[in-house]
Amino acid sequence: MSSKVSTAVMRQGLKVIGVAIRTEPRVFTAAVLSSGLYGVMTVASSWALGRATEHVVLPAFREGRTSAGALTTAALLIIGVAVLKALGIMGRRILAGIMQYRMQAASRRAVTRQYLRLPLAWHHRHPTGQLLSNASSDAEAAWGPLAPLPMAVGVIVMLVTAAVAILVTDPVLAIVGFLIFPAIAVLNLIYQRKLSPLATRAQQLRAEVSEIAHESFDGALVVKTLGREDAETARFQAKADELRDANIAVGRVRGLFDPMLEALPTLGVLAVLLVGALRLQSGGMVAGELIEIAYLFTLLAFPIRALGWVLAELPRSVVGWNRVQDVLDASGSMEYGTARLDGHGPAEIEMSGVTYGYDPEAPVLRDVGFGVTPGRTVAVVGPTGSGKSTLTQLLARLIDPDRGAVRVDGTDLREAARGAVSEVVALVPQQTFLFDDSVRGNIALDRDTHDRSTDEQVWAALRLAQADGFVAALPEGLDTRVGERGATLSGGQRQRIALARALVREPRLLILDDATSSVDPQVEKRILYGLREGSARSTVIVVAYRMATIALADEVVYLEHGAVADHGTHEELLARCEGYRNLVTAYEREEAERAAIESDEEVVA
Amino acid sequence: MTAVTQEREAVAAGGAMRAAERSALETLRHGLRLSPEFRRGLGGTAVLAVLATLGKVIIPFAVQQVIDHGLRGAAPDVPFIRNMVLLCGLAVLLTALAGYLMNVRLYRATESGLATLRGKGFRHVHDLSVLTQNSERRGSLVSRVTGDVDQISNFMQWGGLMVIVAAGQLLIATIVMAVFSWQLTLLVWACFLPLIFVLPRFQRLVAAGYTAVRERTGDVLAAVSESVVGSAVIRAYGSEDRTARRVDAAVDGQRAAQTRAQKIVGLTFPVTELVASVALAGVVLLGVELGLHGSITEGRLVAFLFLITLFISPLQTATEVLNEAQNAIAGWRRILGVLDSPADVADPENGVTLPRGPISVSFEGVGFSYPGGVPVLHDVSVDIPPRTRVAVVGETGSGKTTFAKLLTRLMDPVSGQVLVDGIDLRDVKFSSLRERIVMVPQDGFLFDATLEDNIRFGRPSATTEEIRLALTELGLTDWLDGLPAGLDTPVGQRGESLSAGERQLLALARAYLADPDLLLLDEATSAVDPATEVRIARALDGVTRGRTAVSIAHRLSTAEAADEVLVFQHGRIVQRGPHAELVEEPGVYADLYASWTSATRS
Repeated sequence: MSSKVSTAVMRQGLKVIGVAIRTEPRVFTAAVLSSGLYGVMTVASSWALGRATEHVVLPAFREGRTSAGALTTAALLIIGVAVLKALGIMGRRILAGIMQYRMQAASRRAVTRQYLRLPLAWHHRHPTGQLLSNASSDAEAAWGPLAPLPMAVGVIVMLVTAAVAILVTDPVLAIVGFLIFPAIAVLNLIYQRKLSPLATRAQQLRAEVSEIAHESFDGALVVKTLGREDAETARFQAKADELRDANIAVGRVRGLFDPMLEALPTLGVLAVLLVGALRLQSGGMVAGELIEIAYLFTLLAFPIRALGWVLAELPRSVVGWNRVQDVLDASGSMEYGTARLDGHGPAEIEMSGVTYGYDPEAPVLRDVGFGVTPGRTVAVVGPTGSGKSTLTQLLARLIDPDRGAVRVDGTDLREAARGAVSEVVALVPQQTFLFDDSVRGNIALDRDTHDRSTDEQVWAALRLAQADGFVAALPEGLDTRVGERGATLSGGQRQRIALARALVREPRLLILDDATSSVDPQVEKRILYGLREGSARSTVIVVAYRMATIALADEVVYLEHGAVADHGTHEELLARCEGYRNLVTAYEREEAERAAIESDEEVVA
Repeated sequence: MTAVTQEREAVAAGGAMRAAERSALETLRHGLRLSPEFRRGLGGTAVLAVLATLGKVIIPFAVQQVIDHGLRGAAPDVPFIRNMVLLCGLAVLLTALAGYLMNVRLYRATESGLATLRGKGFRHVHDLSVLTQNSERRGSLVSRVTGDVDQISNFMQWGGLMVIVAAGQLLIATIVMAVFSWQLTLLVWACFLPLIFVLPRFQRLVAAGYTAVRERTGDVLAAVSESVVGSAVIRAYGSEDRTARRVDAAVDGQRAAQTRAQKIVGLTFPVTELVASVALAGVVLLGVELGLHGSITEGRLVAFLFLITLFISPLQTATEVLNEAQNAIAGWRRILGVLDSPADVADPENGVTLPRGPISVSFEGVGFSYPGGVPVLHDVSVDIPPRTRVAVVGETGSGKTTFAKLLTRLMDPVSGQVLVDGIDLRDVKFSSLRERIVMVPQDGFLFDATLEDNIRFGRPSATTEEIRLALTELGLTDWLDGLPAGLDTPVGQRGESLSAGERQLLALARAYLADPDLLLLDEATSAVDPATEVRIARALDGVTRGRTAVSIAHRLSTAEAADEVLVFQHGRIVQRGPHAELVEEPGVYADLYASWTSATRS
């Protein structure tokens, strides 16, 4: 770590602090004033003690008498200074906290706003864990230096006051102070510089240990069924041992510098005693002043380290700040136009020349084009990994095509106003996602506030999704909370609630991406019949393998390797498209083959 | 569904309870037993700690010496002061050295112990039955081996050290004070004693504040993760504003809790300073009074003023140390709670290693119920001879999955027994069992690595060629060729970059590579297209090499191809036999089949 790099980090860190000061100038000023009060009063308390020694204690011992007035004054002075000092500490701590927490909260809000604003394609490029830590630990780290900052400012006030006080008292002793305190500051700076890369490394390893544990426990069933517990433990232990060694390295540096930092002011006081004795001999000062300065040294020894704390937090702060800023600066957000899609009745769909790739080098969809007339039900069929789910995301404008266009009622989705697409299109994805909310909240989402979607409508949607039965049986009906990600429900139940969420909106385009895979066949059949009855107002796109679902469709789009291999009615495709035929008749052909083999065997027998 | 709920409720009660009842002292003793590294060289470390603490009273001692002996005469006794200062300086260096050695030893001992504890905890989590793994929230199991251990580590290296140093500091200061003047010592203690009673109260307040902060922080994490994990649904339903409001509420709640906690800390922290100033004033008043009667020297009185400062920092940090101690004990208790949860499905000692080859399995009067729940499987008896293909069908909640978990010994039966080649599963060595019987669950978890690494998880010794061959045998080359980087394609966290069907293909390839004698598929191809499914089913049957295949499926194509179908209803096998027979007789199977055909045939 060259000093050039650290200077850059230092400058950036101070810039981050500057942002906070500009955002919360009043809180910052109040915190600094409190801390300044604390700094001045710390010096004052040693002065009070020195004064008490010189004017009360030593005369009393020398002369064998004292006055009640002098005693009371000394006592009140000591307590009075302490009260002011305590107020300074309170103000400093509380205000520093308020400032830090406000900034953290602001960052968290801004980051999450950005998550909600940025397009899905951006989310695809960033792992979930990273996004979570951007909003939690990075936001925290970015504003970490704010906690010790007022203290550090207070310490500077304290040091200046102390320097003046010592200079006024005795210029020769001041030399001792001017040697010792910079030495402590410099030693602490070296300490923090040595420590911070080690601490960062330990922090990094801690995150890695946690990642392994997370992944391994999430995959516990696989680990168990394949008997890989030992291998997993070895993988984890290796990382845990690395963390141990990193922590021991931290400990070694701490162990070296902490005692030195304690010893230095102690040696300073001893030096004060020695030099002070010489000064007393030459009559340059009185005993009370010697005590005052010695006491001051003991009081300053600890707070002076606060300067180091701020410096120590800076590198972490800069890293956190940069990560947060990366999210805030991320561009490529979805652009919205002004077009509304408020036609009536089922929507008309047109995809033309659509190409899309998560990795632009390897497109998932290639030059896909087809149209759907309003009110039709279209099945999207294709082998595993042929791009069906990606197609549904394009139709709901969760992602934008790299080339080509998706149009609803002739409007390119990119020209639709913000919120216009989701008002018209409802997608039920393959992976069900439920909010940690009530059943009602999960289905109605925001509609209760503007659209006054009544319970009746919710129940109607649940009925259509074949979910009214089990929801009615839940302990609190619609008000039952489903837990994080719907953990209290079974897979089939979750899918049906997600389906009801789409149906309650009476969308003009309904997209079902294999949305009933966990539902029992009988229940699925009832859902599909219901949809057929009730979907007169919707154009429906359904990704499916099952013949029953395909049979409900008016036409079929058959995908192979990301391209439309054929488009037509089920019968047409059966007749002319081999891939399609192979796919949808796989079970029947298998049965037929088996029957043939069995009859052969019988013949042979 | 009922089974799922029962499972959660019943097991959640188990492990946690035992641990909560353990006292702090027991926790400590038990914890030390599990990590013997903590105690290694503890005596030496303690001696060094005492020496390091002695450094704290050097200054008051030096001040007293200077005033009482050096400054006694009209002129200061410079040679005496010089010698005394040099001597004290030497002592300071020695105590600093003791401090260094103590720190290094402490870190080494505690970190070694904690690394062991992490490893043991991690391993034990994997040894716990699937029941416990599911019921304890996964995230909380993770914090057992991460955050909880970190808390212990924090306490041992900072708080624990503070306790030793603070106690030593108070003790030594008190001794020195008592030597100087017992009256002043009593006065000082009279000032500080009330604090000792008040501080634990403060600590409870502070702890409650911090607990609130932790809870609100949890809310924030949950809200933020919802906005990240649910990003597709949030966009699809245009509920960005709603989600933003939820996040805002959580963030504001967190900030309010943090501010409140900070206020409590800020208000209680300086109390010690105030008390110290009262003690100082008191010492000046009483000390002068005593001095007038000649029962104390001025040096000793001034030394008292310095000694009082030694009381401030231990008491000031006491609330925080108490907090850390409490957190550490709680963390330790939680880890021990995990370690104490019996691995109810344990690897038997001296378990039998079975030879590889065709495998036979039998269930003899097997019953099962989740702890505290109603029976979900009743008196199931069935023989699965070698080289057979068995399909298990039934409605959701009929006991199919329970049957699968018992067969793979993810759980043990409550009554009856499961035998493999005539040996009770509970007597078979885990390594042997997992080699012979492998289950592919519906949601095959993938690790954040490449396709190849994930498949190799099934058999670590496999070469790339063998992995390619396995994919070819499963008929997946076409799919593989379509991937951007083939075998080197990264699958993303939990396989997020792949579709649900592709994840299942990978999970199947992984199990296929493991090449067990019995392969159990629990709806393992539910998201795969029919043509691929049929191809895979054929490859997996592997009848030629004598493998037994058990499939749970709601696609009845599997049942049609099976040698025998087991039909489950309400936890019992109600029908069994080949498809051709079952479909003829009126009953559960015929109904299921009718509904299936109407769904799959045009």
